[in-house]
Amino acid sequence: MERETLSVTQLNERIKSLLDGDPLLGDVCVRGELSNYKIYPSGHHYFTLKDSESTLRCVMFRPNASRLRFRPESGMCVTAFGRVTVYPRDGAYQLYCSALMPEGTGDLQVAFEQLKAKLSAEGLFDADHKKPIPAIPKRIAIITSSAGAAVHDMIRILGRRWPAAKILLLPVRVQGAEAPAEIAGAIRYANEFDVGDLIITGRGGGSIEDLWAFNDERVARAIYASRIPVISAVGHEPDVTISDYVADRRASTPSNAAEIAVPDQDEMREALTSYSIRSAQAMRKRIALLRQQLNEMARKRVLTDPSVLLDNRRLDLERIQDRLLSAEERQLSGKKQRFVSSAAALDAMSPIRVLTRGYAIAQDDKGCVLRTVSELAPEMPFELILHDGYADCRVTTVHEGEKHDGTKA
Amino acid sequence: MTEQKLDFEQAISRLEEIVRHLEKGDLPLNESLSLFEEGTRLLASCSTMLDEAEQQVVKLRKGADRRPVELPLEDE
Repeated sequence: MERETLSVTQLNERIKSLLDGDPLLGDVCVRGELSNYKIYPSGHHYFTLKDSESTLRCVMFRPNASRLRFRPESGMCVTAFGRVTVYPRDGAYQLYCSALMPEGTGDLQVAFEQLKAKLSAEGLFDADHKKPIPAIPKRIAIITSSAGAAVHDMIRILGRRWPAAKILLLPVRVQGAEAPAEIAGAIRYANEFDVGDLIITGRGGGSIEDLWAFNDERVARAIYASRIPVISAVGHEPDVTISDYVADRRASTPSNAAEIAVPDQDEMREALTSYSIRSAQAMRKRIALLRQQLNEMARKRVLTDPSVLLDNRRLDLERIQDRLLSAEERQLSGKKQRFVSSAAALDAMSPIRVLTRGYAIAQDDKGCVLRTVSELAPEMPFELILHDGYADCRVTTVHEGEKHDGTKA
Repeated sequence: MTEQKLDFEQAISRLEEIVRHLEKGDLPLNESLSLFEEGTRLLASCSTMLDEAEQQVVKLRKGADRRPVELPLEDE
């Protein structure tokens, strides 16, 4: 039986597609000890994870490595997150690590990294899914607790910066077991009834447990599905939640969200003033330019002294007359020339001139010129004209044909 | 007048356009003048919008038919 022969590339691609099709390997979480940890100048980290019996090659690319909150060293026990796939060039599988956590990290942090890796793999954080935040929103839906300081900070800052924006508060619990479902529900409700052209959701600072609702998958998915752009504003500057990654825009705090959401009316007034100044300046410049053009025209003699116009006309007339005259002359001299040459031609053709050269003209008694012998008969009278007179003659005999001495008859 | 229907954002972008045209100075004088007048009206209406803006804050509650009902914030 014929066996199919694969190229090395084909074989590696086949193994790669097997691994890539495995859901567990696409989003895996593995514990082990770091060894042979190397940071390349490119910023990528290469290392091996091992336990008592096995080793696993791992790579962590620069964008992920730069988010590490600790310095990994060989010998440390860690949990690594990522996906396993084949690097076809080497024919070796390895873990493409998206996050590392030292042993002893809390369960919440592990769960956070797991969810983050999963949603990231699904594309929920993709930049091309993010919607632009409206420049000047008219209605802002705020989804947060109606109790905390955060909502009052936001209302105060929004009111100071841009009071024209109407604020619609959708009160929800932001911590506790019910919070994620309420937040996600409010986001969906805001979309269903189109209550605003921008959503701000978040809460003030707290412990990692307090902020936990914004690390919930339901909230993340509701934000992702929102047709209305969402600004996520959770906790203080260093706190980063899953909501922050999914949202169209991350604000470091609720107050910061209010600043991002609307323009500042003082700046807008300045902009209006500058438009006003610029358009007035442009018009002044335009009018000054037109006035200058007008002055230049007014300075021309035509407008200051009308006789100039007449003088010019007179000059024009004279010029035209000159041209007419010279044209006439040219025509006349041409005619004269032609007359002289015609006269010369006429003269050359005159029979009188021919007669001086020895020719004669024979005419019958009616004055008709005799051209052939057939017009002649014996005894017929005719007249022979020479250049200086004529003679009366009579035909004796008529011969047809040429004369024998070769001259013409 | 159609420009009365422009919201603030549209008015601002129309103003930007007008100022750009005026500064380029490539339009006939009468068109420039009518743009200038339009710009002046827009500036006035934008200023009025800013001056008259009064922050409105409401709380939304789900009504009996699920539709949102606006309540005053001080209610709580």
